[in-house]
Amino acid sequence: MTSGLWELVLKGIWVTVQLLFLSALLATGVSFVVGIARTHRLWIVRFLAGFYTEVFRGTSALIMIFWVFFVLPPAFGWQLVPLWAGTLALGLTYGAYGAEIVRGALNAVDPAQREGGVALNFTPWQRMRKILLPQAVPEMIPPFSNLLIELLKGTALVSVMGMGDLTFSAKLVRLALQESAEIYTYILVIYFVIAFLLTRVMRRLERNLKAGLGQGPTRPSRFALKRDTAGASGVSTPTAGTTGTAGVRAGVGGDS
Amino acid sequence: MTWDWGAVADFMPHFWDGLLVTLQSLALGSLISFALGLVWALLMRTPTLPHARTGSRGWGPLVRWPVGVVTEFIRNTPLLVQLFFLFYVLPEWGLTFSALTTGVVAIGLHYSTYTMQVYRAGIEAVPVGQWEAATALNLPLRRTWTAVILPQAIRRVVPALGNYVISMLKDTPLLMAITVLEMLGQARLFSQEHFQFTEPLTVIGVAFILISYPASLLLRALERRLVR
Repeated sequence: MTSGLWELVLKGIWVTVQLLFLSALLATGVSFVVGIARTHRLWIVRFLAGFYTEVFRGTSALIMIFWVFFVLPPAFGWQLVPLWAGTLALGLTYGAYGAEIVRGALNAVDPAQREGGVALNFTPWQRMRKILLPQAVPEMIPPFSNLLIELLKGTALVSVMGMGDLTFSAKLVRLALQESAEIYTYILVIYFVIAFLLTRVMRRLERNLKAGLGQGPTRPSRFALKRDTAGASGVSTPTAGTTGTAGVRAGVGGDS
Repeated sequence: MTWDWGAVADFMPHFWDGLLVTLQSLALGSLISFALGLVWALLMRTPTLPHARTGSRGWGPLVRWPVGVVTEFIRNTPLLVQLFFLFYVLPEWGLTFSALTTGVVAIGLHYSTYTMQVYRAGIEAVPVGQWEAATALNLPLRRTWTAVILPQAIRRVVPALGNYVISMLKDTPLLMAITVLEMLGQARLFSQEHFQFTEPLTVIGVAFILISYPASLLLRALERRLVR
């Protein structure tokens, strides 16, 4: 491969990284808003949030991308820049998956914590911000880490619309060289390296968040390597339960 | 925003053709991923040490390490690129398959790395007492797996496997990129011929929700029955 072709690949990496970053931001925002809305006390808010997640989880990400590229412009007169169109489609779709993670983690917080907030006369928003979220967020990190890898894999879909990301650059190189094995192997390896770096970053983030909560390294994370110290050898706690068993439900069901 | 029911009516025959291809690739892809995932999961349990009674050779690390690396690689790279890889590279190596076959193999291979983890969890969830009982009864290794462990493990993982079938359904539109005319491929072809994008794309979007949402409800019901 010549250096010109490598430059093409580098540009592709840059577009993929940009798209990944923007759509991860949007997806995080969407998942927190929708996930928290699913625990709201008004049924209509819960219903709308649930409707959103079911619709966006029900369809395929690629169909959403087609929809944003082809149906939005004539229907509403919007013509989005490809980068923003891709961000919108991916962010909304993966945000719907993230909303389930947020909801699961919020539900997994011990109910006594919420009741404690009620007893101390916190407003619902204060309870969410100062009691529930700080405990729920570290539990969300491992599933969010998996979702981030899925999102990285999802960014490849925009190449179908002709956006010049990493996958698209492979197509160009293939046409230039009339040979596919080499370039597609490189591209797969590059995606794998990005995914590997992302899991590392997320693991560090989880450790920091848990340390801030006083749960530091004594609690082995789901991805922890065996060399994890701290005599928690035989415990093997299944941490990070989005399917959480939320402890013993206290009988004082104070509903505000 | 204009909505043309005539275009919907024109599209429907193509839609049914596409649906058939989608379901075909989904069924075959699921079968491959279920079988291959079980193979990966069992390979990952190759014993480390030789064992006199079961007759295992103890090739563990030599088997587990490559299988672990390969499956991790497949799981962390995009299915779309894997599709292109199989579609463009295999012919260079002298293996020519139809686009549909390539797509089915790619989906099956990709999702086998997910079902592998499901099987692993299911196998680990079988109580230790079952293994001990098999040892006490002096069952050979093969019988222990086929008659004791797997029947209990697979029963537990059916709902989780079902979830991956739904994920696979949502990934079948990717086959469009390698010229398979499944639902999205049909929709794109139709829109390019008639310059009507809204109706076909919306029809297949709704169709996906109509298939996947009841399927997920069904799985939740199944989960309540099977997993206790």
